[in-house]
Amino acid sequence: MSNVALRLAWRNLWRYKRRTWLTVGAMVFSNSLLVFSISLQFGSYDMMINNTLQAFSGHIQVQHEGYLDDPKMRYALDDVGAIAAQLRNELELQNISARVAGFALASSLDRSYGLQILGVEPTFEPLVSTIPGLVKQGRYLQKDSDEEIVIGSVLARNLKVGLGDEITFLGSGFDDSFAAGVVRVVGIFETGLPDLDRSMAQISLSYFQDAFAMQKRGHSIAIRANHIDETYQLQQRIKTLLANQQGLVVLDWEALQPGLKQAIQADMTSAWFMYIVLIVLVAFSVLNTQLMSVLERTREFGTMMALGLNPGNLSRLVMTETLMMSCLGLVLGVFIGFLITWYLSIAGFSYPGMEEMAVKFNLPDRMYPSITFLSLMLGPGIVAIGSLLAAIYPALRLYMLLPIEAMRAA
Amino acid sequence: MNITHMPFKAMLTLSWRNLWRNHRRTLIMLAAISVGVWAMIFMTALMRGMVDDMLHQGIRNLPGHIQIHHPDFRDDPSVVNSIASPGGELLRALNDPGTRQWTGRVRVPAIISSERESRGINLLGVEPRAESLITGIGEQIIEGRFLDTVDDRGIVIGAKLAQRLETRLGKRVVIMSQDPENNIADRGFRIVGIYKAKLPGLEEINVYAARGTLQKLLKLDDRISEIVIIDEDFRDVETLYQKIKAAMPDTLEIKAWYELDTYLNSMLNMMDGFVLVWIIIIFLALSFGLVNTLAMAVFERTREIGLIQALGMRPGMIVYQILLESLLLLLIGLSLGNVLALVTIIPLESGMDVSAVAEGMAMMGASSVLYPNLTLDDMIIANVVVILLGTLTAIFPAWRAAKLDPVQAINTT
Repeated sequence: MSNVALRLAWRNLWRYKRRTWLTVGAMVFSNSLLVFSISLQFGSYDMMINNTLQAFSGHIQVQHEGYLDDPKMRYALDDVGAIAAQLRNELELQNISARVAGFALASSLDRSYGLQILGVEPTFEPLVSTIPGLVKQGRYLQKDSDEEIVIGSVLARNLKVGLGDEITFLGSGFDDSFAAGVVRVVGIFETGLPDLDRSMAQISLSYFQDAFAMQKRGHSIAIRANHIDETYQLQQRIKTLLANQQGLVVLDWEALQPGLKQAIQADMTSAWFMYIVLIVLVAFSVLNTQLMSVLERTREFGTMMALGLNPGNLSRLVMTETLMMSCLGLVLGVFIGFLITWYLSIAGFSYPGMEEMAVKFNLPDRMYPSITFLSLMLGPGIVAIGSLLAAIYPALRLYMLLPIEAMRAA
Repeated sequence: MNITHMPFKAMLTLSWRNLWRNHRRTLIMLAAISVGVWAMIFMTALMRGMVDDMLHQGIRNLPGHIQIHHPDFRDDPSVVNSIASPGGELLRALNDPGTRQWTGRVRVPAIISSERESRGINLLGVEPRAESLITGIGEQIIEGRFLDTVDDRGIVIGAKLAQRLETRLGKRVVIMSQDPENNIADRGFRIVGIYKAKLPGLEEINVYAARGTLQKLLKLDDRISEIVIIDEDFRDVETLYQKIKAAMPDTLEIKAWYELDTYLNSMLNMMDGFVLVWIIIIFLALSFGLVNTLAMAVFERTREIGLIQALGMRPGMIVYQILLESLLLLLIGLSLGNVLALVTIIPLESGMDVSAVAEGMAMMGASSVLYPNLTLDDMIIANVVVILLGTLTAIFPAWRAAKLDPVQAINTT
């Protein structure tokens, strides 16, 4: 494209200043809205995933086949501690912790509740889950095999126990024998997530294995990746390392927490429906403007054709004008959207009713949009493409133009 | 004809003809308005449908629009925090025809064990007939039957729980809980029915037994854990709430559903905000095109407007005529948009399958079939916003047209 053609397109754009600005304005409005909204979405999804996975489940778990769908005591891995140690060693990653779970009736002096008791490795559990860090009273489990228990704050209140009190638990062991034990409360954690605070109790892995006649068995090995993007690669490496072991599966977070992924998908779908409507409206605006500008210039285009330009040149001119308009809308829209989003990513963002939503989806009470290249460019990029597509019809009309008739047009 | 006071009919004809002078532009604008209005109504109906479903599910699970408990029960749902069966004034208020349905239940945490597995559950001691009317549990039975009488000795569990416990209809399970003296109370029950809930999570948690049987097991005499009441419309429970509250001893705690589940309540409130924000965003995106279209129409007619001004038409009439033109444009666009919305929503009203993301919907508290809910209120809001703000936007180009200087305007080419 020659310099002259570019200059011609640019000048054509400003013949009707107001019309061009209104069209660009529609783009800027949609673009800044899209930048803000997509950044907020990405930010909250990341937070939702990280908070949920880091709370407890981890990014990857190794389990016995079938345990995920049907968490029964007998779907256990043999010598779970050794597998965890092997993984830590070979992956050179410490964030790996073996776990065992069982069901028991926990009784204090005044109260009894049925609950799930977990056996964890006191040294490694804090590297996988955020729960040990949320112990608000007392401390987390320290040594393996101590007769100690850490429980959630609501559970502590319901059982009417405090630090130093004893809890008796009764359940059935691996071999269907009677499992019982007396443990001392050494820590009470508060995650703010009602489900965890009400129902979780942790004791040490080896104490659990003794009490429930598990021998060396356990139910899962939770692995926390350094970053969520490494999940797939890590999962593949673990699969290779454990390839010789029968009957175990390596599950990623999407399998462990299907609700999380699907809630995000459902939210994405409705969000994109709204984005597409906005983009279509902008495209209509561009179509209108460009069609009008082509029709107005019938006479002028006729003259240009008589002077030797072919329809191809002219339609390229119209497309160049649209491209310039889109670029202007993109730059201004991204800039304004960035400013708004950047401000909110520092100040935080909240709306009425968000607190209740936040608890449900493991989010903090204020949201901080996350600005990335993708979140800035994705929406505006699609708006620009939509605008160019909308200009195709007006540009194609030029091929139907007959120079003589066009020049005679009013 | 006196051009300073043109009759309305003539004005209307003039505006209508002006609108179709440049039919391409008008058609594009109409398409934009219809798509915008369609999106406003369609999206709103979908979201409303989802929130309504969440509310219905949520209120069923609570259950009841209003609940009465021991003041400590909600924090400490133990058998210790029980209340006496309603009597006297409270009973009269509950049995009053103004109350649609109520029931008293025993609700305690318990352990259920089959031969193979044990689970922690929420054990409900219910009066079968009233319970079924309130929660619809009777219709969710897929195998066997629901409980018959208040002294029925069977137990009804969820399909998922049955699978977890590796047990089935007709088998025995042992229920273990504590009585008010913190002694372990246990007893065998035969599974007489298996139910399936819309939200799968519930199937694992809620286990139904007859109230009388549980009261005997837990040494409760005729004490209960909670009274649940439903009203005709969950959106308006205030009157009933006040009536029951007045009749109730002060030692009890009464809560309406929106106090019990703040998530549901905040979703309901957020929904109204969302509808308005969404409608306004779409409108703003439309408004640029609207102003553009009208401004172009005025610009093209500069000469003509100058001429009719010179002939004596007042600036006010010019504003009037252009506003009328925009109103016609908006009205046609709105009608098309509304028809489009109706045509797309009505076939979906029998339910839209979103089971691909069922577990995600469950996380939000909604089931896997979405029923769009088209409300008259939302349609009115969308239409009123478009007409009001649309006319407001049209004032700017109309005012510019009226301000033209006739002499200069006639001389423009």
